[in-house]
This record gives sequence, structure tokens and C-alpha cells, in this order.
Amino acid sequence: MAEEKKLFKVTIDNITIEVEAGTSILNAARMIGGDVAPPAMCYYSKLKGSGGKCRTCLVEVAAGSTADPRPMPKLVASCRTNVMDGMVVKNITSERVIDARNGVVEFLLINHPLDCPICDQAGECHLQDLSYDHGKEGTRYEFNRRTFQKHDLGPYIQLHMTRCILCYRCVFTADQLTNKRVHGILDRGDHAEIATYIEKSLDNDFIGNVIDVCPVGALTDRTFRFKNRVWFLKPVDAHRDCPKCSGKVTLWNRGDEVYRVTARKDQWGEVEDWICNECRFEKKQTSDWVIEGPTKISRQSVISQGHYVGIKKPKETVVEVMDGRKPRLLMDIHDVSEVNKPNVDLSKIAGPAHSEDFK
Amino acid sequence: MGRKLLLEKAHVEGIRTYDVYRREGGYASVEKAFKNMSPDQVTEEVKKSGLRGRGGAGFPTGMKWSFLAKPEGVPRYLVCNADESEPGTFKDRYLMEFIPHLLIEGLIVSSYALGSNRTYIYIRGEYAWIVDILEQAIAEANANGWLGKNILGTGFDCQIYVQRGAGAYICGEETALIESLEGKRGNPRIKPPFPAVKGVWDCPTVVNNVETLAAVVPIINLGGEEYAKIGVGKSTGTKLISACGNINKPGVYEIDMTISVEEFIYSDEYCGGIPKGKRLKACIPGGSSVPILPTNLLLKTAKGDTRMMNYESLADGGFATGTMMGSGGFIVFDEDQCVVRHTLTLARFYRHESCGQCSPCREGTGWMEKILKNIEYGKGKMSDIDLLWDIQRKIEGNTICPLGDAAAWPVAAAIRHFRDEFEWHVLNPVESQSRNFGLAHYADPRPVPVA
Ligand SMILES: Cc1cc2nc3c(=O)[nH]c(=O)nc-3n(C[C@H](O)[C@H](O)[C@H](O)COP(=O)(O)O)c2cc1C
Ligand code: SF4
Ligand code: SF4
Ligand code: FES
Repeated sequence: MAEEKKLFKVTIDNITIEVEAGTSILNAARMIGGDVAPPAMCYYSKLKGSGGKCRTCLVEVAAGSTADPRPMPKLVASCRTNVMDGMVVKNITSERVIDARNGVVEFLLINHPLDCPICDQAGECHLQDLSYDHGKEGTRYEFNRRTFQKHDLGPYIQLHMTRCILCYRCVFTADQLTNKRVHGILDRGDHAEIATYIEKSLDNDFIGNVIDVCPVGALTDRTFRFKNRVWFLKPVDAHRDCPKCSGKVTLWNRGDEVYRVTARKDQWGEVEDWICNECRFEKKQTSDWVIEGPTKISRQSVISQGHYVGIKKPKETVVEVMDGRKPRLLMDIHDVSEVNKPNVDLSKIAGPAHSEDFK
Repeated sequence: MGRKLLLEKAHVEGIRTYDVYRREGGYASVEKAFKNMSPDQVTEEVKKSGLRGRGGAGFPTGMKWSFLAKPEGVPRYLVCNADESEPGTFKDRYLMEFIPHLLIEGLIVSSYALGSNRTYIYIRGEYAWIVDILEQAIAEANANGWLGKNILGTGFDCQIYVQRGAGAYICGEETALIESLEGKRGNPRIKPPFPAVKGVWDCPTVVNNVETLAAVVPIINLGGEEYAKIGVGKSTGTKLISACGNINKPGVYEIDMTISVEEFIYSDEYCGGIPKGKRLKACIPGGSSVPILPTNLLLKTAKGDTRMMNYESLADGGFATGTMMGSGGFIVFDEDQCVVRHTLTLARFYRHESCGQCSPCREGTGWMEKILKNIEYGKGKMSDIDLLWDIQRKIEGNTICPLGDAAAWPVAAAIRHFRDEFEWHVLNPVESQSRNFGLAHYADPRPVPVA
């Protein structure tokens, strides 16, 4: 007989669900989904021991459990606190949480420049999303920000320490996926930094995954950075027979060209299967891959900009008014203007379209 | 004169050596416990004694011991926290330096109670010379059969090891200490699991302060109930206070927690009053992280009762009008001291010592220091004071370990009780540099002494 799983009832923002014992508040909230799920910058379900550090996922426990319904005095990190039977949690329904999260965003942005338009992570940055959802439009910080030189950590990865929020995800990744970790956190407090002890290169077989876990633009892919912007690319699921990893990836294409290869991510932005360096950095021909189809992207994401599915077109009122007759084209713009030649395929142009392209 | 239990023999000539210590009655508690008591009975006595941890938080020691998980076949560890890095606190150093065998004796009895066969003393790196003193004492205890295998024929084995830290305040926090002891970066762990369940090498562990463990000796010698009769209320036994700042007699004092703050500052037996007949302005009574109190709230509680040198009385009124006993680092400020400047000094310390794991502490402590620096150096704005208040409020309670709170509380208390001094700094950027502004914060009931 299968062992019966113990279920706990937990209420988050007035929504009650039953979850298995041992589930964290964050994961319980993710099961409900939507705004009830607290944001997470350092927790990563695929990395053992992650979470607890950034404090973006703080929630209020209004009742500890049915057995002990006392509220918890302090806000708790939902990613590292397990649910109890009868627990009552307040996330967006708690003013304390909203206030604290506001503070956390402000703290995180102190040493993270708001130069989103020039950062390679633009469009894929969790901190950008967090500050839109929970931050303020201004900052009260009036001092110089800390600065660092950018570092090439070997042939594949570049580090912009100015953007790092010290979430430790890349350290956990390197620790848990590679056999010889050469990078970690050096120094303390606000002078702490990600470092390889004396300019070492990161070239372990699975080290490329640090790029995917980095929630901000601190670790970037040298084979891709600034070659394109994510919203110009089309994500496609693909796989190959790889001896080292599952070979299941997302290709980021423009036309037929593969610009970037990443691991596939779930709805929380977390990697589904780790991929090896070879798949990520060296297989950039479409012919290397078996294409499965377009990747499903959240409607809210900047990446899905322009790629609408299931849209309902409004009724063609002119046709209706004219008893089904089509309107007559009074003027074809292409007869009078050089702009937007129909024979020029925009997706074939290497960069953004330019007047030169239409000469 | 108050009763002395820990430092009674500290001044006996040669007490550092085993022979003198033994001649003065040393190791009697080990004999008593090992011959007549089971480990649980020792814990029971500690419970009865009402001893509260002397490391800062004041959690009842016996209760903490009883939380220790005891799974079959898994070792347990006792770790002595001798990291002592809180500014203003230097009592453990005194105890270890002058009467090292008292700590070793306390450690043996406590290890017996907890079933720890390997016990560690984690000591701050700067106490290099004390490491030698402790190792000498451990060697003597070994040579005389108080440590090693089958101690006093009980079948209990115990060894004590001294581990040096590298001088990081955060390594005094118990989980960071455990990480450091394991040879890792001293980052606090996220609780739960608590050390009592998963501590050193994931085994059940108790971390206790030096003074706490030394106090186990008189508890066993006197019996828990006798010990509990000393002191008052839930502040039982004696407490070491390290006194410094503007007092005539800085030093480490053992008090029995029945004296008033006023007596402690002014009596010749303790601090001996304030130098040059100056008036008392404020005091941080429990180490730099606890809230500072102005004279009127320091000598009397908000209700008008005499403020006593014990856990309950110092905390009376909560943080609005009270403070904490903390680790007993008693820092006195005379009328010439500038609260803004001292708050900046503390903010700088906490910024430097933050491990940097959690965002509010990592970024907030540095931000507070920068604002305080501006105010201190005549570049502050009125709005900076409210901003400081808001920042500390957003750090407090929102971090992994209490260092965030320790950084927030001094700033909060300084603004709460000395806001006009901050404002004065902003409004008088030039004059405030002289620091001789004598703002009337003291409500010292004593007549102004004639210099
Ligand atoms: C930042 C920080 C530093 C600490 N430093 C010390 C220390 O140096 N010595 C100490 O005994 N406790 C220190 N503590 C308290 C310990 O975490 C722990 O509570 C204490 O060692 C428990 O001992 P006790 O139960 O005997 O009081 C510190 C706590 C924090 C948060
Ligand atoms: S580099 Fe990125 S993943 Fe690594 S700690 Fe910094 S922010 Fe986190
Ligand atoms: S509160 Fe400060 S010292 Fe404690 S874990 Fe967080 S960053 Fe580190
Ligand atoms: S996600 Fe929970 S603290 Fe960072």
C-alpha cells in the first residue's frame, strides 16, 4: 500500500490550499500562483540550501498553526519557512510585508545601477521586474555607488560586479554542478564581491549554468552578450543527443540563425534541466538541433512582445457598413515612398532596420 | 559588598596554575557531579539555578540544554563562545586570562551534562596570548586526570580543543561560529534548524558564553536552589560587568544584580563616579548593540522606580524607555560626549562587520554610516534624521541574524532620545565640530559637583 502523504492546510492571502508536509510557504504560494506568490531573488528550487538571503520573499505569519495559533513576531523568509497545519500567511494583504519589501527593493537597488537599457539582461532581469512590482520610482540614496572593473571569467563568462546582488545562486550552482569550484564570495558586507581567486577562468563543464541562474545582469554569456536583444529573438525549444546533459534547450533565434542557447526555464524563471557548456556555447547551428517548436512565454514578458496568440480581431466595420464590399485602396504607400519595401524581410536584417536597408 | 562567585579567587597569587587552583578548592564541582550526579541531574541543577545565558540574549541556560537533541549514535558538541567582540564587552577575556581553570572546570561539568566528548573553545584571534593560557590549563587538567578517557572512572571521555577565530565580530553569532569552526566562511546559518538539532558538522550542538559555562561551577558547588537565591527575580546569580568610558575606575566587576545603576556608576566599590566632576549624560549598559539611555531614564525607569542592574529592570519599559542587560558591556558618557559621533563610530563598526548575506544589513548598515558621517561632519540635512530612522526600521527584524538588529538599535535609540542633538548638528555645522556644546540631556539628580 502506498504511504499516505500528510497534508497541511495553509491559508495565504485568504486562499486556502492543502500541501504536503515539508512544503515551504513560498512553494505553497506558488501552487496558488499569481500575486500570492512572493518574489524570490536568491531562492532557487533546483539548488540545495539556496534562499533566505535576499529577504524579498518576507511574509507575515498571522497564525503559526492550529495547535499554536500565535502570530510570529517577525516577518519570515517564505522560501525557508515550512508550512504548518492551519498556518495563516499574509503576503500582499499585509502592510508590514509591503513596507518591508519596499525597503528590500530600495536596498537592492543601492548598488545596482538602473542602467537597464544598456544592460545585457534587459528584459530578462528579475530585479527589474521586482522594482516595477514592489519598488518606488525614486531613490533616497545620495552617495557614490560602488564600482568595479568588469572581469572576463574565462572564454565564456563575463562578470559585472556592479550589478551583482550577492544572491549566492551562482556559488551554489558551481558548488553543486561542477567538480572543482574556483569562484565564491570574497570579503564581507557591502564590500563583498564574487571573485575567482586571482583571475581564474570558469571553464568547468557545467559552469555556463551560472549565467542562467543569475537573476540580474552580473554574469553574462560572452558568446552572446550585446549581439542582440531578447525581444528581437524568437525562443524555440530544441534538443540534441548530448552525452553530458539532457540536451534539452531553448534556442534564441533570429531568422534561422541561433544567437544564444540557454537551458529551458519554468514559469518561475528557474532552469528545468542543467545543460553543459558544449550545448550552450558551441552548438549554434540550427542543424545541430532537433527543433520541437516555439517556447511558451508568459504574456506579460517583454519577450512575447509582438508574438500574440489567440487574439480576437475586431469586426471590420467598413465592410459591414458597405454591405460586404471591400473598401477600395485609394493609395498604395509603396507607390510613393521608399519606406518599408515589402520585398525587404525585416527578420533577415542583422540589426534594427535602417534607412540604408530601403535604398 | 556583593557576593563573588566567579572572581572570588581571581586575585589569589598563582591561581592560573593548576596546583594553586586545586588547593583553593578547584575541580570540586567535577568531583561532585561525576561521583554523585547523572548528566540529567546536572542539567536539572542548572535549570533550578535560573541561570540566563551571559552572551547577550539572556536565554535560560538549563532550558537551552534541555532542547539538545540526543539521537542514538550521533555525537553531540558543546562549544564555548569566547569570541567576545562586542565593543565595550571585555569580561570573558578577564575571566579566561586570570582564572582559566574556572572555565575549564565549567566546561568539563557542562560537557558531562550534555554528553559532549569533544568540546571546543572558539576564541577570537586577537586574544592570542589567552590561547596559550588556556592551552596550558587544558594540558594541566589532562595531566591530572580531569580530561581524557574514562574521567574519574565514570566511563566518560572528554577532550577540550581551542580554536582561534580570525577576528570577525560576526563569528560570535552562534551559527556563524559553527560555520567558522567547520573551516568555512563565517556566515550565519538560516534557522531553523537550530544548533540544538543541527550544529557542528550537522550534529546537535550547544553554544554557550564563557561566563555562562564558568557559572556552572558555583551552581554545582552550591546547588541550583542556593544559586537562585543570589540576585533578584529572574536575574539570578552574579553577573560580570565590563565598565568603561567616562568613569574613574574602568574594569571588570562582579555584581549580584541587586544594586542600582546609580550605585554602580558612583560607588567607590565599582566605577567610582565620573572623572573631573563632570555630569552623567548617557550610558549603554549592555554592550554596543543595546539601546543607549539618557540619564533620566538610566537612573529611574519611566514609572519612576530606581533602575537596577539586572535583566528585568534594565529592560523595563521596552525599547521606548528601557534597554537591555546584553553582554554587560557598560559604557558611560559624560556631559561632553557627542552622541552623534559615538553613533557614527558604532555604525561604522556594524557596517564593517556585516557578513553581507542579507540585503537589508549589507546595504543598510553602509547607508546609515554614510548619512551619520554627513551629519557628524556638518553636511547633514534635517530630512537625513528621518531617513536614518526609516532605514534602521527597515533593517530591524528583517535579517537572518541579529547583527542587523544590533546595527539598527543604537541608531534608533540615539535618535529617539537625542534627536535634538542630531538637529543641532544639522543646524550648527560649524559649532558642532567643537563638540563642546553641553546640551542639557542629563537630568542627573545629584548636585553639580564642585570641580
Ligand atoms: C553578531 C553577534 C555577535 C555575537 N558575539 C558573541 C560573542 O562574542 N560571545 C558570546 O558569548 N555571544 C555572542 N553572541 C551571542 C551568541 O550568538 C549566542 O547567543 C551566545 O553565545 C549564547 O550563549 P549563552 O546562551 O551562554 O548566552 C553574538 C551574537 C551576535 C548576533
Ligand atoms: S553574480 Fe549573479 S548569481 Fe552570482 S551572486 Fe551575483 S547576482 Fe547572484
Ligand atoms: S544580518 Fe548582517 S551579519 Fe547577519 S546574516 Fe545578514 S548580512 Fe550577515
Ligand atoms: S528568496 Fe527568500 S530570502 Fe531570497
